[in-house]
Amino acid sequence: MYNKSFIQIKKNLKKDFSALKKMKLAILGDSSTQFLNTAIKGLGYEYNLNLDIWEADYDQIPLQVFDSYSNLYKFKPDLIIIFKSSHKLLQKYNLKNGFSFAENQMEEIKDIHSSLSNNSNSKIIFYNYTEINDTVFGNFSNKVESSFLFQLRKLNYQLMEFSAHASNLYICDISSIQNQIGKVKLFHTSSYINNSMVLSVDVLPLIAKHTLDIIKAISGRFNKCIILDLDNTTWGGIIGDDGIEKIQIGDLGIGKAFSEFQLWVKKLKNRGIIIAICSKNTESVAIEPFKKHPDMVLKMEDISVFVANWENKADNIRHIQKVLNIGFDSMVFIDDNPFERNIVRENLPDVCVPEMPEDPADYLEHLYSLNLFETISYSNEDADRTKKYQIESKRVSTQKKYTNENDFLKSLEMVSNIESFNNFNIPRVAQLSQRSNQFNLRTIRYTEKDIIKIINSNDYFTFSFNLKDKFGDHGLICVIILKQQSESTLFIDTWFMSCRVLKRGMERFVLNHLVDYAKKNNFKFIEGEYIKTPKNNLVKDHYSDLGFEKNETYYILEVQNYKDIKNYIKTKK
Amino acid sequence: MERNDILSQINEIFIDTLDNEELVIEEATQATDVDEWDSLTHIMLLVAIEKNFKIRFTSTEILSWKNIGDIMNCIEGKI
Repeated sequence: MYNKSFIQIKKNLKKDFSALKKMKLAILGDSSTQFLNTAIKGLGYEYNLNLDIWEADYDQIPLQVFDSYSNLYKFKPDLIIIFKSSHKLLQKYNLKNGFSFAENQMEEIKDIHSSLSNNSNSKIIFYNYTEINDTVFGNFSNKVESSFLFQLRKLNYQLMEFSAHASNLYICDISSIQNQIGKVKLFHTSSYINNSMVLSVDVLPLIAKHTLDIIKAISGRFNKCIILDLDNTTWGGIIGDDGIEKIQIGDLGIGKAFSEFQLWVKKLKNRGIIIAICSKNTESVAIEPFKKHPDMVLKMEDISVFVANWENKADNIRHIQKVLNIGFDSMVFIDDNPFERNIVRENLPDVCVPEMPEDPADYLEHLYSLNLFETISYSNEDADRTKKYQIESKRVSTQKKYTNENDFLKSLEMVSNIESFNNFNIPRVAQLSQRSNQFNLRTIRYTEKDIIKIINSNDYFTFSFNLKDKFGDHGLICVIILKQQSESTLFIDTWFMSCRVLKRGMERFVLNHLVDYAKKNNFKFIEGEYIKTPKNNLVKDHYSDLGFEKNETYYILEVQNYKDIKNYIKTKK
Repeated sequence: MERNDILSQINEIFIDTLDNEELVIEEATQATDVDEWDSLTHIMLLVAIEKNFKIRFTSTEILSWKNIGDIMNCIEGKI
C-alpha cells in the first residue's frame, strides 16, 4: 500500500502553500467527502500544488450540477471531481433493479457531464465504481444480466467507452485500487455505518495520489522517459562478470522476472515513453545482449539513448537529459542499487527515483502500484518518438560535459579500511577472486585454501580494502597480493577491484598505500603485469595511467621518486 | 496489559493524531474537553486505536462511548 498515512498528509496542511501553483478544485460526492478533501489538499503539497478546494454539501450533486447559477459554477473551478459511490449505487439498485439499471445510471452520468461541460470549462474527474458483490446469485451473477455485479461492471465498462470520446472527462480508477489493496482495506464498515464514509482512512492517501496523478498530468506535468540500469535491473546477474550466456532472462534462473519487466518497458515504449539506458559497464559489453541474446525483449532499436561507462550516474543522466531536451522532472530512473539511487536523488532531486524491492520478483507489482506514467492523451504519433531521439543522441554524444568530478568525489566522504587477509575476510577475498573479471589485472583465481597458503608464506604480503561513503558501506572492494620478487622488487601478483567503485580514485589510493609499504620495507621497485582476457579490457592501461614505465611485458614503478597521487579517500584510523 | 499502559498508549495516539504535543488525557476526558477532538478526528482516532491494539470496534460500541474510560473498557474486553 502507498506508504503515506492520512495523518502524515493531514500535517502538510500546516505548511506554506503560497509559492505553489494554484488550482481551483470542486469536489462533489454522494457520500461524505471531507476526508477526501483533506487528503487531496494535503498531498497536493507534495505535488507542488496549492489546491483551492470547494466542497459541495453532502449528496448535492444534481442540485449543484443542473443549476447554472449554483455555487459550484460561481466558484469557477479548474477541476471538478464527481464521486458517486458504489454503496449509493447499491441503494438505488435495491429500490429499482433490472436489465436497464446500468443504462439508466449511465444516462444520468451523461447528463451530469453535459451540464458541467455547458456551464464551465473545467476538466472533470469521475471516480468509477468499486465492486460490491452482494452474492444474491453467488457466482452465478456473472450469468444473470440483472444482478448487481453484472450491472456494476457494465456501468464501469460503459464509463470507459463514454470517456474515450469525452475529452474533458477523466476516470479515476478506484475500482483498480480496490483490486490492488483489497476491499477489506478500502472499506471500513463502522466508518460507513456511523459516518457514511465509503473510503477508509487508510486508503485515502492512495486515492488522493491517483487523483493528483491525474491533476498533475492535466496541468501538463508527466513522465516521458524511463532510464534503466542494466545489471540486476534489466537482466539478472552482472554482464561483465557472468557473461552473455549466464545473465538471467527467459528461462535461466529467475529470468522470468526480468523478461516480464522488459515486456512492460516495451509496452511503455510502444505508448511513446522514451527508453534510455544508464549502466556502469564497458559499452561494448553492455550492448552485446541487446544485439545477440535471443531472450532479450528490448532491442537496440527500442533505446533512444544508450549510456554505458564508468562515470557517475548523475552526470550520465545529465547527459541523457541534454540529448532528449526534456525536463529532469519528466524522467524516471530505475536501478536496483540503493547507492546509485541515492546519488541521483541527491544530485538531481527532480528526477523520479522510486525505491526498488530487494526481490526482482516484486519489481513489476511494485512498479504497477506506483502509477508512474499517468497521462491525459494518447495518439499513434506518440509511438514514433524513439527514432527521433536516437538521431539526436548521436549528435549530442560528442559534446558530453561533466560537472566537477573532484567536487563530486569530495562530497562522497569516502573512507577506506585496510587490512591484511585474516579469518574474517578470507571467504570474501576468495569469492571475489573467483568472480572478478573486469577489473582484474592477471585474473589468477585463488580458492580459500590457496589464500591460507599465501597468508602463511613469508614471500607474500596481502592487503584488503574496504570502502565506506556517506551513502553506505560497500564492503570489501579491492584485493592486492604482493610477492617478494627479489630484495629490491615487489611484484603485484594480484590486483582486482569491484567495478562498483570505479571512478572513485580507489586505484590511486591503493597505489599510494602500496608505495608507502614498499618504502617502509626498503623495496626499490614495484612491478605489475597485465594479462589480457576477453573481459578485462577495462584495465589494459591501468599501470601506464598510474605512472608505471613499460618494460617489455612488465610495468615498473620506482618508489623513490613516487609522489602520492591525489585522491579523495581517507584511511580509516 | 495494565490499565495505565492502555491509557498512555491512547494518549500517544491522541498526541500523534491531533498533532498536539501537550495533550494529556485522563479516563474522564470527553470530546468537549479537547479542542481538536471533533467528529472527523474522532474517526481517525478510533482507526488509529484499532490499529494500535489490533482490534476492531463494533459500530454500536463506537456510538456508546462517553469518555476515554469507556473506550478503555472496550479495549480491555478485546485484548
